[in-house]
Amino acid sequence: MMELLEMEPLRLLIFLGGLIAFAALNAAYLVWLERKVAAHIQCRIGPKEVGPFGLLQPLVDGIKLMSKQLLVPNGVDPYLFKVAPLLVLVPAVMSFVVIPFGENLAARNIDLGLLMIFAFASVNVLGLLLGGWGSGNKYAVISAARAVSQNVAYEIPMLITVISLVMVTHTMNLNEIVKQQEGMFWNWYIFRLTASPLMPVAFLIFFICSLAETNRAPFDLGEAESELIAGYHTEYSGMGFGVFFMGEYANMVIGASLATVLFLGGWQSPFGIGSGWWWFLLKVYALIFCVMWVRWTYPRTTLWGLLNLSWKVLIPISLFNLLLTGATIKVVSYLFGA
Amino acid sequence: MSGYFCELYSGTKSLFVGLGITFRYMLKPVVTLQYPHESLPMSARFRGHIELIGDEETGAPKCVVCGMCQKGCPSNCISLAGEKPEGGKGKVLTSYILDFTKCSLCGQCVESCKFGAIRFSKDYNLAGPRKEAYIFDLLKRLEEKGR
Repeated sequence: MMELLEMEPLRLLIFLGGLIAFAALNAAYLVWLERKVAAHIQCRIGPKEVGPFGLLQPLVDGIKLMSKQLLVPNGVDPYLFKVAPLLVLVPAVMSFVVIPFGENLAARNIDLGLLMIFAFASVNVLGLLLGGWGSGNKYAVISAARAVSQNVAYEIPMLITVISLVMVTHTMNLNEIVKQQEGMFWNWYIFRLTASPLMPVAFLIFFICSLAETNRAPFDLGEAESELIAGYHTEYSGMGFGVFFMGEYANMVIGASLATVLFLGGWQSPFGIGSGWWWFLLKVYALIFCVMWVRWTYPRTTLWGLLNLSWKVLIPISLFNLLLTGATIKVVSYLFGA
Repeated sequence: MSGYFCELYSGTKSLFVGLGITFRYMLKPVVTLQYPHESLPMSARFRGHIELIGDEETGAPKCVVCGMCQKGCPSNCISLAGEKPEGGKGKVLTSYILDFTKCSLCGQCVESCKFGAIRFSKDYNLAGPRKEAYIFDLLKRLEEKGR
């Protein structure tokens, strides 16, 4: 297996197939999980008819979406309308390329992996904007404008938090960052209080921002059903909608993976032994469960509340954290030597 | 400034309290009824369409074809017929048709029946594709029920 991975074309094929399959499988089964979590929080059962525990439900949903007519309404921009779902999905799948699932399990071990993920995360917004604009529907346009303003507002505290973390790690290589968190769980960056006393808060800011970046509830103003029908994918049907959905869930996985890599030690075991991809997946799915939990707990914020939270709370705190991190690094290196 | 931090603290705290509540609810047992598979019995005073009551021993309808229900019905949705068998005493019901499209479930028929031969049924799964599906042959329904 290892020799196979050394051969470049084969490696490309294996990782391309693997990542697309991973993204698609995740999208399908996260929908199932989401419905189950939602149901149990509301004291219901959720999907249960198709297969044991409704486990075949995603398959049936997928078949339904694929067999439905791909309706292109009159008055839409024919190119933008078709390109937009792909512009949401492709960057999400691309971001998986640098995610280290295990010690040697990353498609590409790039030095600027962190930067690349943020670059592609911004393209995702472009997809939403084009989808909304190309639909020629007032609800879709309003939703696209909201999604963009939201993403711009939340990218700032997220990036400031990441900068303060990179000041500690001295690298943007994700695998390297994971390796620095080796050992017991107090070596994880979330508990590394010697780097910055506000690390847990930084993690919280990062988590909130990743919710907003992926347009998840309570920040799902982009597709506020009660106001905007379905937001930017109002006019999409069949697999056009399905691809949007896949992109959304893939982004959720990316957000959770990034939080895991940066703060929760990636594929490192919390007890120092038995590290591997299983720990990575466990942490990612635990975080995704939290995302769903949050969705079914809080009502949707207003646009005003959303921007207020970003500009008045998250950005000042993350800026303060940046300062504090810099100061702590100086003080620690002064006291204990570089 | 202290108001800002107070608000921040109480806001964050309330968010976590909310998460705690939903988590507890997630572990609670399911309260919904899995409808097509299970359903609750209808309450005693539920008014479905009327149905004939069969004699406990023979299963034949208790109805003596007096026609009081037909006369009492304000919407004329009941039509019944009977015949007198040779040698027997009293009439025997041969058809009892209820036009449920017109029935308002007022209960005049049940009130006016002196023989306790009709009552409200507990049927509520009554979706049908055509208007004709709501012209009920109550005699046939009674026979089907007896079987």
